[in-house]
Amino acid sequence: MLKTEELQINIGPQHPSTHGVFRMIVTVDGETITDLKPVFGYLHRNHEQIAEQNTYLQNMPYTDRLDYFNSMANNQAYAMAIEKMVGIEVPERAEYLRVMMVELTRILNHAGALGFLINDMGMWQTQLAFGMREREKILDLFESASGARLMCNYFRFGGVVRDLPPDFIPRLKELLQAMPAFVDELERLLRENEILMQRAEGIGILPRDLALAYSVSGPVLRGSGIPYDVRKAEPYSVYDRFDFDVPVGTVGDVYDRFLVRIEEMRQSRRILEQVLEQLPDAQGGHINPKARQNVRPPVGDVYARIESPKGELGFYLVSDGSGKPYRYKVRAPSFINLTPLGDMCRGYKVADVVVILGSIDIVMGEVDR
Amino acid sequence: MPLEIVFPMTNEHELQLDLERQGVFLSTVNRFYNWGRRSSIWPMAFGLACCAIEMMAFGLSRYDVARFGAELFRASPRQADLMIVAGTVTKKMAPQVVRLYNQMAEPRYVISMGACATSGGPFRDGYNVLRGIDLLVPVDVYVPGCPPRPEALLHALITLQDQIDRQKLGRVRWYGEGAKPQTTDFPVPTFGAQGLEIDGRLVDPVGGLPLVSAYTAPEFGEMKSGRLEHPEIVRHFPIMDPTVELEHPLKARGMAPEIAADDLKRGEVGNAEA
Ligand code: SF4
Repeated sequence: MLKTEELQINIGPQHPSTHGVFRMIVTVDGETITDLKPVFGYLHRNHEQIAEQNTYLQNMPYTDRLDYFNSMANNQAYAMAIEKMVGIEVPERAEYLRVMMVELTRILNHAGALGFLINDMGMWQTQLAFGMREREKILDLFESASGARLMCNYFRFGGVVRDLPPDFIPRLKELLQAMPAFVDELERLLRENEILMQRAEGIGILPRDLALAYSVSGPVLRGSGIPYDVRKAEPYSVYDRFDFDVPVGTVGDVYDRFLVRIEEMRQSRRILEQVLEQLPDAQGGHINPKARQNVRPPVGDVYARIESPKGELGFYLVSDGSGKPYRYKVRAPSFINLTPLGDMCRGYKVADVVVILGSIDIVMGEVDR
Repeated sequence: MPLEIVFPMTNEHELQLDLERQGVFLSTVNRFYNWGRRSSIWPMAFGLACCAIEMMAFGLSRYDVARFGAELFRASPRQADLMIVAGTVTKKMAPQVVRLYNQMAEPRYVISMGACATSGGPFRDGYNVLRGIDLLVPVDVYVPGCPPRPEALLHALITLQDQIDRQKLGRVRWYGEGAKPQTTDFPVPTFGAQGLEIDGRLVDPVGGLPLVSAYTAPEFGEMKSGRLEHPEIVRHFPIMDPTVELEHPLKARGMAPEIAADDLKRGEVGNAEA
């Protein structure tokens, strides 16, 4: 047996993988990882502290910047928290518009995340370009509805800020028609590539019990074989009216998480088709006209959660009866999904670290806040 | 008195373009050198926050920065010419940004992308956010927006190319006259008791305006002063500065901290002037 010595390697905060400013101190024995220590805080931009100085409505655009891939999903969780606190009714049509936007967000998040994942495996930019090409089409839709590509700021308390432009629905239909081909292409890129399969299968296994112990959520949890989805477990908005499946993995490795995301894109498409069917019959306008935007919630606290593309996203707010939150806390799925990283990496090779990190799908804006 | 020949175009650059249109190709070393550099600016793959997503869109097929010769994102600062500071620079990240900049070889350029990199943007009031990367490294082009659209970043790149075109070999800061050693290695801030420090002086004090940028006037790309200056008038952000007494705390809470501070201080400043 060769006698080896342990070595510490520093990865980050500036490194070529595309997951933001995150630093890992990796201890290796030869090529094998024996320990991994994450270092956070390079993007800690005081989101929660600033939010406590803002009025409730002023925080809406700040939530866009939490997880900057899914601004719509963040908006929804925050709007739901306030609506629960103040007791604002949301018209049916507005709920459908919200679901539509969030499911589109899920598709674009997964397209991007899978692109980054395969980019990290060494398929430099090819896959990313495919994912981003699809993303741009959805961003165009967002821009026509909300006026911004990335930071949509589309939701308001009691609905959404404005109704859809006239050409939105035809464009969405076109997009949905072209989608299956794209998703299949994405899947084939990994499945039919022997090298990439070797780097994904059996790598970064997160066992079922460990996933529960770390309270991870979203595709990472479902990849480990637990069919938990807030949309099913505690249906919010109008999700109880749709027929969709929750895909689960079996092993909990990188490949399973990849497949879960692919399947979720297909399910999101199913939901969107049902939304398109039911939207014309939905009652009410795009916003509850009686809803006040400068809310002053009664003293108390509230927790509202949704299934964001990355996992369970929750907002915990404490009100002291004034126009500003007394305490504003975000349950960020990226942050909690990142905690088992050390356990997932132990025993694998150094080159797998970035792949495993990519399969968790984090956004530093949400991790560090 | 010697006869003066006056060309219709006094600008050397335009004269050259005019000649080229007529099929006469002349070049100066200057122009050739600038042409070479402006047409292959390699940016560093360096994203900090949300703006980095738009930076990726700028590099990928739809906006396709390859049309301008800047598609080769390099992972190592040693191979890069351009640092696009895309996102919020926090105080924890700032020393790393300066270190990366120091590792780049001259000639090197900086684009400050987005409100955050330029001034702190929406997170300006945060205790951990650096209020503008130009406090630490010289910036050539600023891009407004939160996030700027990829087209805006393309425009910034074109602006930078224009600036490169106007550079004179004899005056550039890396081997022109008076090239100072301090311009090649910028001071890396360290963490002191109260935040980021350079030589014992706070770079971006919480509860006061930051220092005036050491590297102003990007149009004089070669002639930056490189000195840190303190502003004459010190203002306070009452919400973050415990030493400032608020007259009507509730009234002040409804305003942006700077406006509130101005309101509270106006009386004092008026008295001082009178
Ligand atoms: S300017 Fe806006 S989009 Fe860019 S990093 Fe700052 S908050 Fe994000």
